[in-house]
Amino acid sequence: MIERDVEFGASVTFDGVSKTYGAVKALSDFNLSIQPGEFVTLLGPSGSGKTTALNVLAGFVEETKGDVRVNKKSILGLPPERRNIGMVFQNYSLFPHMNVFENVAFPLRLRKMAQAEIKKKVGESLAMVQLAEFGDRMPNELSGGQRQRVAFARAIVFEPSVLLMDEPLGALDLKLREAMQLEIKRYHKQLGCTILFVTHDQGEALALSDRIAVMGEGQIVQIDTPDRIYDEPNSKYVADFIGTTNLLDFERLSPSLVRFSDIGVDFQLTENKENWGQGRNSISLRPEKLHRDISSNDQMITFDVTIEEYLFLGNIIQYSVRTKSGKTLLFQEHRGPSVPILNRGEALKLAFSITDARPLEETTHGIGRA
Amino acid sequence: MSTKKKIRSTWLLWPALFMLVAFFLIPTLDILRASVYDPEFTTKHFTKLFSSNVYLDVLWRTIRLSCIVALICAVIAYPISYFIVQRPRKQQIFFLFLVFIPLWMSVLIRSYAWMVVLGREGLINAILIGLGFTDAPVKMLFTTGAVYVAMVQILLPIQIVTCYSAMTEIDLDLMRAARILGAKPWQAIRRVFLPLSLDGTVTGAIIVFMLSMGFFITPALVGGRKDIMMANLIEFQVNQLNWGFAAAISIVLLIGTVLCVIIIKRLSKILTGRLVGGGNA
Repeated sequence: MIERDVEFGASVTFDGVSKTYGAVKALSDFNLSIQPGEFVTLLGPSGSGKTTALNVLAGFVEETKGDVRVNKKSILGLPPERRNIGMVFQNYSLFPHMNVFENVAFPLRLRKMAQAEIKKKVGESLAMVQLAEFGDRMPNELSGGQRQRVAFARAIVFEPSVLLMDEPLGALDLKLREAMQLEIKRYHKQLGCTILFVTHDQGEALALSDRIAVMGEGQIVQIDTPDRIYDEPNSKYVADFIGTTNLLDFERLSPSLVRFSDIGVDFQLTENKENWGQGRNSISLRPEKLHRDISSNDQMITFDVTIEEYLFLGNIIQYSVRTKSGKTLLFQEHRGPSVPILNRGEALKLAFSITDARPLEETTHGIGRA
Repeated sequence: MSTKKKIRSTWLLWPALFMLVAFFLIPTLDILRASVYDPEFTTKHFTKLFSSNVYLDVLWRTIRLSCIVALICAVIAYPISYFIVQRPRKQQIFFLFLVFIPLWMSVLIRSYAWMVVLGREGLINAILIGLGFTDAPVKMLFTTGAVYVAMVQILLPIQIVTCYSAMTEIDLDLMRAARILGAKPWQAIRRVFLPLSLDGTVTGAIIVFMLSMGFFITPALVGGRKDIMMANLIEFQVNQLNWGFAAAISIVLLIGTVLCVIIIKRLSKILTGRLVGGGNA
């Protein structure tokens, strides 16, 4: 396979980067440090600054303030062509007047590589994306997935220090997107390159990344591994953006007594009381953390609901239920022989463990939330 | 049902087809007929045309002038179109509006305007004399140069609009892709943008060329005595009621134009091939 340069997996550091367009702050004091070979995803709705961060790293956008370093060397002021960064664009951006071979050879020709070596490297790259036989095809003769793979081959053929991917799967249909996610994981493993991936699709981010940086208003709201982002969102914004969740408001009646008015329950806290203070007044509760009331212990909270509607999701059923106070919640369970489907209008008791409830910080990152 | 649909959709073409046949094809064939029947079949008009250097000189001059005008228009319009296409959408509309303004006036008026500008007591001479660059007025009007300047100015908007609309088809992300892959700005233009926009530029140049081949008011007004073009010859012959000879000149002009267009297309194909396969740049 492709011989790896030492630089191929470079570290990347954004150090207090700001970018303003007139009065609009696209990035404000953006800090991010990526380890060599790490796969980091910038996740956020449009306007959250993720693409701006990518463009600053690529050299397409000049930062207003701050520093960007690759392998601890500042790349400030370097034009894009001298940054040695690979990039896969959302719409592939293959050169329509060149065949597949010439597209992939393009960066090598600019580097004045010898013809024999160009042939070898392009061959290796195309083999890696399983398009070795497609060198003579023109881009418009390829399917969407094939174009995406050519774009990838072109972006890595010159062994860039970092690979940027700007919503690379956005234009593909669902099936193909899932297949390409696996492909990208394989490439990453094989090449060991540093990847900075940008998407607004949380499923994609969860599936691919070593770490996810959730963006809002030009800043990182939370950065962590996918499982921790999912299980332990630090704010309403993140909880709402990643996966589906229920947000329940609470009130602290005393240091250890909280009131959930949405479900009409007062609860006596016994541990982790400090998590429930400091301006937090709602919890995130994943739909799969709700159960039919089976057994109860002192860490369980139980409340009454009526089934409003259900969605059949294959192995999972998702119910929307209404509490006594009129709040609608989502509740999921796996199907099974002992788990009959509940009917509309049916009343039952639901329960959740207080340890699955995550008190959230109120953040001002309100973009993209309905 | 599908045939019904087909009939309905071809129906939309009928008015255009009717116009084409009634006002273009039939008159053209009629001119062809007039050039060889006077009133019996004869080749005398063509013999006259090709036996005299005068007419062939005019033909050659017309082709050369049209080629040069098209080339100048292409060279001037290209950077202007590139500039416009890179602006934000709203600014693009504004700049195109500026480009279109001259088209609101007729070619005749604009040609007269050039007489005012270039004349002995015209604007430019007044400025030159006023600033002391020259004592006597410079002869600009009634020269070949004046024909070039006026024709380029008149035809430039057409070239810009054609070139611009071809450029809007090019995804500007391709330029970014080229840059991040290692191309300096001029390399990105030369290897990506230029080959992709060449077709549109050539189309514009061909339109300008064809319009130039038929120009006659402008050369008649601002050109000198030797700046006669084929169209001026035709007009002269028509005024003399030499219908047959005028028809013959028209046919030669038509064939010459078609041949030139074919040659330009061929050349541009070769050029595009060069730009694409350009090897190491």
